[in-house]
Amino acid sequence: MYEQPVHHTNNGARGGVVAQGLGKRFGDLWALRDLDLSVAPGTVLGLLGHNGAGKTTAIRILTTLSQPTTGSASVAGLDVVGEAAAVRRRIGVASQQATVDGLMNARLNLEMVGRLHHLSKAEARRRADDLLERLDLTDAANRLVKTFSGGMRRRLDLAACLVSAPEVLFLDEPTTGLDPRSRNDLWEMLRDLVREGTTVILTTQYLEEADRLADDIVVLDHGVSVAHGTPEVLKSQIGNDRLDVKVSRVGELPLAADVLRGYSSKPPTFDEDLLTVSIALNDGTRLIDVVRTLDDAGVDAVDMNRREATLDDVFLTLTSPTRDADAPLDRQPESVPA
Amino acid sequence: MTALLTPSAVVRQPVDHDTERGGLRAMLADTLVFTRRNLEHIRQIPDMLLDVTVQPLMFVLLFAYVFGGAINVQGGNYREYLIGGILIQSLSFGMMGPATAIATDLTEGVIDRFRSLPAIRSAYLLGHYLAELAGMVLSIVVLLGTGLIVGWRTHTDIWHIGEAILLLLVFASGMIWLGTVIGIIVRSPDAVMGVGFVIVFPLTFLSSAFVPIVSMPNVLQWFASWNPVTIIVAAVRQLFGNPLAPITKHVWPIDHPVVAAWGYCLIILVITVPLALHRYRLRTSD
Repeated sequence: MYEQPVHHTNNGARGGVVAQGLGKRFGDLWALRDLDLSVAPGTVLGLLGHNGAGKTTAIRILTTLSQPTTGSASVAGLDVVGEAAAVRRRIGVASQQATVDGLMNARLNLEMVGRLHHLSKAEARRRADDLLERLDLTDAANRLVKTFSGGMRRRLDLAACLVSAPEVLFLDEPTTGLDPRSRNDLWEMLRDLVREGTTVILTTQYLEEADRLADDIVVLDHGVSVAHGTPEVLKSQIGNDRLDVKVSRVGELPLAADVLRGYSSKPPTFDEDLLTVSIALNDGTRLIDVVRTLDDAGVDAVDMNRREATLDDVFLTLTSPTRDADAPLDRQPESVPA
Repeated sequence: MTALLTPSAVVRQPVDHDTERGGLRAMLADTLVFTRRNLEHIRQIPDMLLDVTVQPLMFVLLFAYVFGGAINVQGGNYREYLIGGILIQSLSFGMMGPATAIATDLTEGVIDRFRSLPAIRSAYLLGHYLAELAGMVLSIVVLLGTGLIVGWRTHTDIWHIGEAILLLLVFASGMIWLGTVIGIIVRSPDAVMGVGFVIVFPLTFLSSAFVPIVSMPNVLQWFASWNPVTIIVAAVRQLFGNPLAPITKHVWPIDHPVVAAWGYCLIILVITVPLALHRYRLRTSD
């Protein structure tokens, strides 16, 4: 990963995040290896990957909760190991589980966090009230948090991260378990924060989320960064338009794949549940030719859809080199929730 | 959620960090924040206080009126004998509280929240300690009050009574820190009950807390004569001027219960406090 060393501007200064050669080993297993990051202040970095890809490990190191085995990182210009206490004053952290105290009401939760940030009593109270209002929780301020819905808990958790007006916000799978509406609300809220100058690092398994929020994306697979760039750059790596062909039954998939191979320089991918074969179309391919060839070969194609490459395609291509047409059909790409 | 859609300056408002506080002041302030959190938990679930209030009260009534008649204490009244034993037994069981609370916190995500804040790390444990100590004080008050009602009296001066109370508080502290260690070590809050009973039951019942040692088989008499519970119970009885059961095995601690009791308490604290801090550091870093 050192062929493209990070010699970026002043991202290590106020609000930025820089990591070099970051690695973490648990016993024999490297949960994270040689991660380089450079996040400019006021931007959003998306760490994208499946469960166990190393996303949470990266966040835990950057938020001082875990010590790196190798490499170094700085947040807001402060070393995460040597200046951990100072880093903690400048960051907000939302881990995967909402870490609010169920046996206290919402306001007390926020006041407690404020006091632990060493705000004065009055200041902690004022921040709590402001944030409750901002996150639309004022009506629930005096309710016990254990009675909250998942979405409300998440919002309170985010409020707890914002108590100290952090320069850098870390969100570990912030929308996992949220209904679509709560998720959209949270995205909107994050965009507001970024507009106001907050740097955000978030992890996600949802490609749509990374695509919609992140300025920059790092794709992690088995602890290693396999791709890095803006959503557009990553999509252009895949390049060409995609064609999805839906067939009538599973048995048709191999035949359809054989036919479609002629129109793509890359192997097709399958989705057995959706009965779909996807290919990256070669430049200049005419759809009508594809239809004719499929028909001549006797493939029972019921639908087809030509579209631009999405991050799903990037992701599948980058992290699953074995999942091509030569792989047995029972090794399907996971269908990723949109 | 319309509030979210309108740009708001709330988040980037400068926050008045009171960072100039000294280390000790910050430590005390953080400790009190955590203490308040634990007291708030008790306020929300008052049942948590049952084991330090109603349970010992039931033990007093049970032994005073049900078993007491069958137990003979030479040279004294069984109810006066009983109170010292029940005090120590209750405070011993009091270690379950911090053990369960800490084990629960550690298995939930809330501990990561605390760790990502600039709070002093050990303040979390100290906060638990203070809140639990408040519960123990309540327990002592309930027990002595009930004792007075069923006929327990002191027969010494204010200094000895004061020393007895102080000894109870120091012993309670030792039990809280022992509970803290257990809470950090166990893998789940459910395990606390089992571990706690295994430690507390033999120590409290194989002692002079409820019955005079003289009624036990020979081997148990040796164990009971060294048992810290026997010694601390004897010290409290002596300081209150309550009857002491006859000594059957003349080992040093039981011949000098007050000095030995302070020694035992000190040993418990010297082991448990650093161990708790150390294990907490280990458990919360990777």
